[in-house]
Amino acid sequence: MNDRATTSLTSPLANGGEAVGLVNVTKRFPGVVAVDDVSLGIRSGEVHVLLGENGAGKSTIVGMLAGLQLPDEGHLTVGGRPVRLMSPDESLGAGINTVFQHVMLVPTLTVFENLVLGDAWWRRPPRAKIKRRIIELQREFGLKVPLDAITGDLSLGEQQQIEIARALLRDSHVLILDEATSMLTPQGADELGERMRRLAERGLAVVFITHKLSEAYRFGDRISVLKQGCLAGEIDRAMLSQMSEKQAVDEMVRLMFGTSDTAAPMVRPSRDLGQVRLCVTKLATAGAAEEMALSDVSFEVSSGEILGIAGIDGNGQKQMAEALAGQRPVIAGAVELEGRDITFASVGMRRNLGLRYLTDDRLMEGSVGMFSVSDNTVLKEIGVPPYWTYGVERPLKISAHARGLIDRFSVHTPSETTPIGHLSGGNIQKVLLGRELSGEARVVVFNKPTYGLDMQNIAASRARIHKIAEDGMAVLLISTDLDELIELADRIAVIDRGRVCSILKNDPSRPSEMRTDIGRLMVGEAPAEAVA
Amino acid sequence: MSVSGTQETQSTKESANGPLGEARHVRFLFLTIGPIIAALITSGLVLVAFGINPITYYTFVMQKGLFSGLGLEQTLTRMAPLLFLAAGLIVSFRAGIWNLGIDGQFLLGAVASAALAPALLGVVQGWLMLLLGFALAALVGAIWSILPALLRAYQGVNEIITTLMMTFLGVSLANVLVKLIFLDPDTTVPQTRTLPVVDRLPRLFDTTISSGLIWALGAVLLVHLVMTRTAFGLKLRTVGANPLAAAHAGLSVPRLTTAVFALSAGFAGLAGASEILGVNGNVPADWNPAYGLMVIPLVFLARFHGVGSIVLVFFYSALLIGSESAARRVGVPQDFTLVLVATLLIFLGLAEWLDHRRRKGSG
Amino acid sequence: MDGLLTAAFLSSLLTGAIVAGIPILLAGLGEQMSEKAGVLNIGIEGMMIFGAYLGFLTAWSTESLWLGFLGGMVGGMVVAGLMVLLCVRLGLNQIVIGIGLTLGAEGLTSLLHHFQFSRTYPRLPAPDRLDLAILTDIPVIGPSLFARHPIVYLALISVIVLTWAYKRTNLGLTLRAAGEKPAALDVSGGNVVRIRTVAVLFTGAMAGLGGAYMANIAAGLFIPFMTGGAGFIGIVLAMLARGHPLWVLIGALIFGVALSLTTALQVAGSNVPTDVIQMLPFAAVMLVLVIWGRKARLPAALGLSYERGAR
Repeated sequence: MNDRATTSLTSPLANGGEAVGLVNVTKRFPGVVAVDDVSLGIRSGEVHVLLGENGAGKSTIVGMLAGLQLPDEGHLTVGGRPVRLMSPDESLGAGINTVFQHVMLVPTLTVFENLVLGDAWWRRPPRAKIKRRIIELQREFGLKVPLDAITGDLSLGEQQQIEIARALLRDSHVLILDEATSMLTPQGADELGERMRRLAERGLAVVFITHKLSEAYRFGDRISVLKQGCLAGEIDRAMLSQMSEKQAVDEMVRLMFGTSDTAAPMVRPSRDLGQVRLCVTKLATAGAAEEMALSDVSFEVSSGEILGIAGIDGNGQKQMAEALAGQRPVIAGAVELEGRDITFASVGMRRNLGLRYLTDDRLMEGSVGMFSVSDNTVLKEIGVPPYWTYGVERPLKISAHARGLIDRFSVHTPSETTPIGHLSGGNIQKVLLGRELSGEARVVVFNKPTYGLDMQNIAASRARIHKIAEDGMAVLLISTDLDELIELADRIAVIDRGRVCSILKNDPSRPSEMRTDIGRLMVGEAPAEAVA
Repeated sequence: MSVSGTQETQSTKESANGPLGEARHVRFLFLTIGPIIAALITSGLVLVAFGINPITYYTFVMQKGLFSGLGLEQTLTRMAPLLFLAAGLIVSFRAGIWNLGIDGQFLLGAVASAALAPALLGVVQGWLMLLLGFALAALVGAIWSILPALLRAYQGVNEIITTLMMTFLGVSLANVLVKLIFLDPDTTVPQTRTLPVVDRLPRLFDTTISSGLIWALGAVLLVHLVMTRTAFGLKLRTVGANPLAAAHAGLSVPRLTTAVFALSAGFAGLAGASEILGVNGNVPADWNPAYGLMVIPLVFLARFHGVGSIVLVFFYSALLIGSESAARRVGVPQDFTLVLVATLLIFLGLAEWLDHRRRKGSG
Repeated sequence: MDGLLTAAFLSSLLTGAIVAGIPILLAGLGEQMSEKAGVLNIGIEGMMIFGAYLGFLTAWSTESLWLGFLGGMVGGMVVAGLMVLLCVRLGLNQIVIGIGLTLGAEGLTSLLHHFQFSRTYPRLPAPDRLDLAILTDIPVIGPSLFARHPIVYLALISVIVLTWAYKRTNLGLTLRAAGEKPAALDVSGGNVVRIRTVAVLFTGAMAGLGGAYMANIAAGLFIPFMTGGAGFIGIVLAMLARGHPLWVLIGALIFGVALSLTTALQVAGSNVPTDVIQMLPFAAVMLVLVIWGRKARLPAALGLSYERGAR
């Protein structure tokens, strides 16, 4: 086993040489070919972007490079030599360090302990050596690494810096960053881009995985586009340096989807707004060790309106959604639904009055994976007639209802008795949406509705959200995807550390200005213009 | 909950076919009969290692437990407390709760009914006395589960430790009650006052089978129906399958959790009452048949299904009766049944794991 | 009650406390390592009884107590090996398999005892004691505390060794990572399955040793089911001890005192029924759980099986 805490960052490979490669790699999972005969080379001294939408195969490639999976066909190469990376240990030993999309730090350990994790259990951690090294890294890359802090207390952005620091402590040739900007503000993402550049200049091979086109252009030297498991094409250094952002984005879209329809901001017909349906006044909830407390949250949503809530993940979005739905107790403030005070009403009562909540956690909270689709459609109405009479189940009525829902929302499922866990993410989402919209829905709260879906389902979901609003629903759209908010919302509020600071009027025709304004608010700066 | 730690094998209304397209029946056999046969063979090998012929042993046990008139009656009588316990465990496991306190709840229920019934003799009618005895036993059993229930429901304290501790406490408390408070002064052996045979639960027709069996069968079937066909049952199953989803759906998880404990422990108390009011008539000091732990594997093997549990409890009872006799005649201690049940549990887990692997591998 | 403060009473109380507490201590220390690593080891009672049997058998046939202890450790590790195979490697449900292993070990040792010893009921000779010279001269507590079989001192030393190992070496980190977030350990180059294997085997060794102590030292013979729940008590102590071996020691001592209180009281001529005394330690545990239960922070991944790269 390597002595992880070595002190040099030198790359034995000449700059520009191939650090890591895939040669005709294929990987299959039950029912799907995740990676199909892909060959590509990652060179030192470059930031190489792997671009593709959800499901294109990027995570699988990362998994193989990190030693979590083996290719079914083909092989990997390191420094030109073929290798089999049988475990994360071997991957690390080959100089490949991976920062995954979800933080892979142990929250109850200190930062220092997380840095030395993975070393043999009989050894003593070399504290002095690591301390010295960290000071160097902090200077060189501007990383913040508080060695004695409890890791779980830090923000996600700070934890990411620690993961990068951990990668740099080891003898790295290759640094892989998987969807690393999803937890960052626009400014934070730019800082990360800067860091990647500096690392590449030092001779590291940096692999940046993303599905965001502008980041691919801004941070990458070379872009490989993945489409449904295949390598659809590459944009190399030379080409990239000659293209403007718009040209590059066009080319990326062409490779990803085969058309040259760019992601132009969809201009949707404006909607008439009706009466205020949801009124939230100075809402506050109690916080806990790992949970943000809400304070002073106030806003209104009218019929036909989509109010967006933007913010970095973990600033209270989930808590706000739960407080509105009745799953979280409120310590101050009020919630009114069409004039009726529901601040202390139960989940069931709010639902009956028309407040619906579509959670972001489809499988772990929104549904019971091993129950059938039918049971899941009535999960929030257990015991309620006509599906139950005197507490006894009426299976025929439930199936009929489920079949109707499957029809109306085009859910792809073998039958209504299939366990919902067998369906794809997009189809589960459709079932949940159908469930929330059944009966008399008046206000719908969406939390990250398109997270993890592929492009087609994302577009369909967004269209549906728009249509619901058109039909008169009041919609609260909580999302970490700025593009989505700019496309759909009438007004956008920003939540920062549990407070809703300001609400902006949305202008989809000027997306980059909106981005900047919202980005500023996300880090607590004052907006450039007056607010709505 | 499942032995293999996976979620899939817990039966939904329609379990998918195996990967080779074989019928559900084949897969069902593999998952249920397979482990039984494997367990019989492995335990048989253990007997061989001790110089006992397993065929002789098994046939003897089956003869004594099933094929002799008296043995069959004893088997059916023995089923009663086990079935009540199974009912309680089905409720508990389907709701995702590990009620390992059933032995303590059983004993205290037994003591409660043993104390009340003789005291009511002559004061109220026979059937009322029995009814009250059962009711008190259920109540006492339920009360004994309050502490673990509240700790789990409102503080999130792991119920495995709390229920285990309550079992230890319950066994000692039962002894204290028998030796100090409800002691029968007229006998030399320390025990509670004996309920005369004529006043106990009536026998079925001309046999020696206690009618407690009928009530116990009813209990298991009732529990099964409630869990699979009613709103209450679905609520409990939701809490057991995914507490987060249950909260999201507006169910009160703490209240349902407490209800599960009360029901499960109540059935355990009924089991104790049926043993006293139907068979023994009194509780001797230091008595603890520890039926609870043995019923757990049976309920798992039956996948928490009511009829399945009844069938398995029947065969297990036959095994118990037969092995009691075999201990004297063939020289194999009754504890052999522990080995059999343990191997059954392990092979059940392996069968589920194999099944899970095959289904994953072919999607 | 005036016999209570006599030397005889205290002395017998202390001796009994140690004799009863050492097996619980060993079980608790063993279980603690498993639980740190995320494995809820319900089979520990089975490991103890099998260790008791094999320990007794070895000591009796080789006429050496030390070999007997070794045999006990091997016995515990055999059952632990099954746990490793079924739960750590295959991922079967830890609680159900644990119950199965306990039942199986109890049944098997009962059979073994019946066929081997039920006619003869062999006994081991009284064990040597290691006299810690001057210390044993301390009145009353001296002879009880400081003139015991060396294995007692080893058990106590192991508390110190484990505390040091958990705090000062990577062992503590690796275990905690495996118990809190195994995926994080895995991608750092650690091996979750390997550390859990080590932890469970260690538990088996300690539990087996505890069982062997009960058979060889405490009782001098083997009786089926003789562990009487000591393993389960060990589980409870491990859950309450929040990762510190010292708390396991304190808990084991408290239980030891309570369990020995019954015989000591009889020595002193008191009439308090044994069953009431026996309830005390369990009632104490429940009290602790009621007051501090919420804070008994158990490892997040406790009881969950881990599969690398699971989709």
